[in-house]
Amino acid sequence: MKSWLTTTDHKRIGLLYFWTAFGFFMIGGLEALIIRAQLVRPDGGLGVSAETFNQLFTMHGTTMVFLALMPLSAAFFNFIIPLQIGARDVAFPRLNAFSYWVFLLGGLFLNASFIAGPLFGADGLSVAPDAGWFGYANLTSRQFSPGPNVDFWLLGLQILGIASLAAGFNFVVTILNMRAPGMRMLRLPPFTWMTLITQFLVITAFPVITVALVLLMFDRFFGTHFFLPAGGGDPILWQHLFWMFGHPEVYILILPAMGIISEVLPTFSKKPLFGYTVVVYSGVVIAFLGWSVWSHHMFSTGLGPIADSVFAGTTMLIAIPTGVKIFNWIGTLWGGQIRFTTSLLFAVGFIAMFIIGGLSGVTHASAPSDLQQTDTYYVVAHIHYVLFGGTILGLFSGIYYWWPKMTGRFLSEGMGKVHFWLTLIGMNLAFFPMHFSGLLGMPRRIYTYPAELGVTRFNQLSTIGAFIIGIATLVFFWNLLRTRWRPSNAPANPWGGATLEWAIPSPPPVYNFTVIPTVASRLPLWQTERHGPMTPLPDQPPAPIHVPGGSWWPMITAFGLPIIAMGALAHLIPIVLAGAAVVVVGIYRWAYEPFEM
Amino acid sequence: MAYNTDTHAVAAAHGHATFMGVDNRKMAFWAFIGSECLLFGSLIATYLVYKGRSLVGPYPHEILNIPFTSFSTFDLLMSSLAMVLALAAIQRADMKQGKLWLFVTALLGLIFLGGQFWEFSHFLHEGLGLTTNLFGSTFYVLTGTHGAHVTVGVIWLLTLWIQALRGKLGPQNALTVEITGLYWHFVDVVWIVIFTVVYLIQ
Repeated sequence: MKSWLTTTDHKRIGLLYFWTAFGFFMIGGLEALIIRAQLVRPDGGLGVSAETFNQLFTMHGTTMVFLALMPLSAAFFNFIIPLQIGARDVAFPRLNAFSYWVFLLGGLFLNASFIAGPLFGADGLSVAPDAGWFGYANLTSRQFSPGPNVDFWLLGLQILGIASLAAGFNFVVTILNMRAPGMRMLRLPPFTWMTLITQFLVITAFPVITVALVLLMFDRFFGTHFFLPAGGGDPILWQHLFWMFGHPEVYILILPAMGIISEVLPTFSKKPLFGYTVVVYSGVVIAFLGWSVWSHHMFSTGLGPIADSVFAGTTMLIAIPTGVKIFNWIGTLWGGQIRFTTSLLFAVGFIAMFIIGGLSGVTHASAPSDLQQTDTYYVVAHIHYVLFGGTILGLFSGIYYWWPKMTGRFLSEGMGKVHFWLTLIGMNLAFFPMHFSGLLGMPRRIYTYPAELGVTRFNQLSTIGAFIIGIATLVFFWNLLRTRWRPSNAPANPWGGATLEWAIPSPPPVYNFTVIPTVASRLPLWQTERHGPMTPLPDQPPAPIHVPGGSWWPMITAFGLPIIAMGALAHLIPIVLAGAAVVVVGIYRWAYEPFEM
Repeated sequence: MAYNTDTHAVAAAHGHATFMGVDNRKMAFWAFIGSECLLFGSLIATYLVYKGRSLVGPYPHEILNIPFTSFSTFDLLMSSLAMVLALAAIQRADMKQGKLWLFVTALLGLIFLGGQFWEFSHFLHEGLGLTTNLFGSTFYVLTGTHGAHVTVGVIWLLTLWIQALRGKLGPQNALTVEITGLYWHFVDVVWIVIFTVVYLIQ
């Protein structure tokens, strides 16, 4: 127990990230199921109140983006990246532990709002955030949201931002600086490359939302008018700041999944990734363009024809590097010796579903057509095709691929295939009809709709699909759990992968590599035209390898942050100061404890 | 807690020679500074967007005192010079000079903060509060965020200075001092931008 609380081992932190994020994924999924059960028939199927419904969709979006998808990617960053680059750990092991604890506590803080009502004298149990996951001004003002709901949201997201930023700095340095000898940039595995790009987006995008949240905090706590027209402020500024973060965030969510399938497809096709350099460069281009498209979320605010045209143009441009990647993945499969494992099925599912989401994305890029789609279920369909059909399927693919490496145990392929087909059928049943209900005029975020709108049938299909996804996820959960009782018999390289993580035992020893390998090619474990496979590493390290011991200070420092947030929520300055004191003491003890790397 | 005392073996195992030849902490700090550019960039952009859109006074031209702030700016620039001298002294193992210049850097930082405190109280006295108008809100949040960064820097510098007084800071810590300097110079550069945007271009 203590060894887990104080751990600085990237592999353990990776597993902690995985299970925590998976828990939040289940909570977010439960929220989605309640939403869908409510919408199964006109005028409400469950009798959920408008207030509760607002909380459900807000927490569903916030949870899935910040507490499920990002940290599930982070589980792979932690576990796999040091192995892929031939390192013994990340650059800053304690900072890595700090990121995890801040993420966990931030997530618990956000979800505590579901039961915190009595503390704030609210009528009900729940005071969960209720202004939507992008929290538009001036709905978030004290005037229109007097309760603590939005405070939970803005404080929780600030805490989570600290976790992401700390991890961002850590992984940029890890990938650039901790590579094994010979691992030049264009020998990095594609997953490592996409992670590097993702971390650059994190460290540039998160400061922007931090500023937006701080300004909102000043509006709500100290009476400024940054986003309030009453004092000359402009609610549209919130949208600019939010989406300047929010659009790069979309690529923060999708690029790791693109990296994962760029590992899975070559392994199960027994072919090198088709056009590796082009895949890498198109990832870079996507990230650059990702910074120049934020206003396509804001066409309906009336930006004017010039701004509309520019942002429509840049948005359509992004389809080019994305399309390049898709053709490269198909080119990788082409003519390969394909093995349809569960992991590959999910990777192929990613390609197909992401194309659908990408195409509806291009229809949003066109400003006139977007005006028809804004705030309708058509947008909900799009976001779920890219984030569920894209990111989630990619992450599932990665879990089936790397689970034997992470635990030494195989997931059941049979149950995996059931999981895949139920997920694929369920998601298309749930999200495809939303295109139609949206175009027929069903607004998003409404807790009831009239039968005359003619969308009842589509909503019923969506609800059935959502519950099929729910069943599929339970199958998956059971598949994960049962591996605990399965034999630990995974070989070092069960799938015949080409990258360094497959050169060491499953699960890896605490020091990862008995000797740090020297890398001579992009596919070190494969026989290619120009390079033979690298010589196997020795079974035992030639000299004892010392690994850094654990530390309590990352966790203790992390605990200061929710204390500060709780003090702010309750308007109790002494608690804020106490939390700040914990952080300061934690940082000093951390900085001066004897921890050698 | 079990720590490894055999630091030499650990260092060797981790390969202190990094791939890029730059120390990990230094590279992380450059990444951090890049991130901070976006933070201050967003705040400065917010200031510029709301420039001239205050509904009531006091307005910038009625209240900003350019000569006084020029002095503060000069003070902060000199602190960067002192920081350079501190690092140079510590790198050549001249801890006497090192201690002196670390203290001077922190002192000049404190003088800057004192000036900001005086400026804020003067403005409050003149009727410009945080919530008075958009100018007040954007001004206090922007310069206040910068002031918070200076405060962190001063505490950091004083920590190093106390370590040096206790004989626990030497040329072997030159990199730590260099990273402190990176932060300090960055905070200084940000102030040059803020001074130009807020005070000089009204």
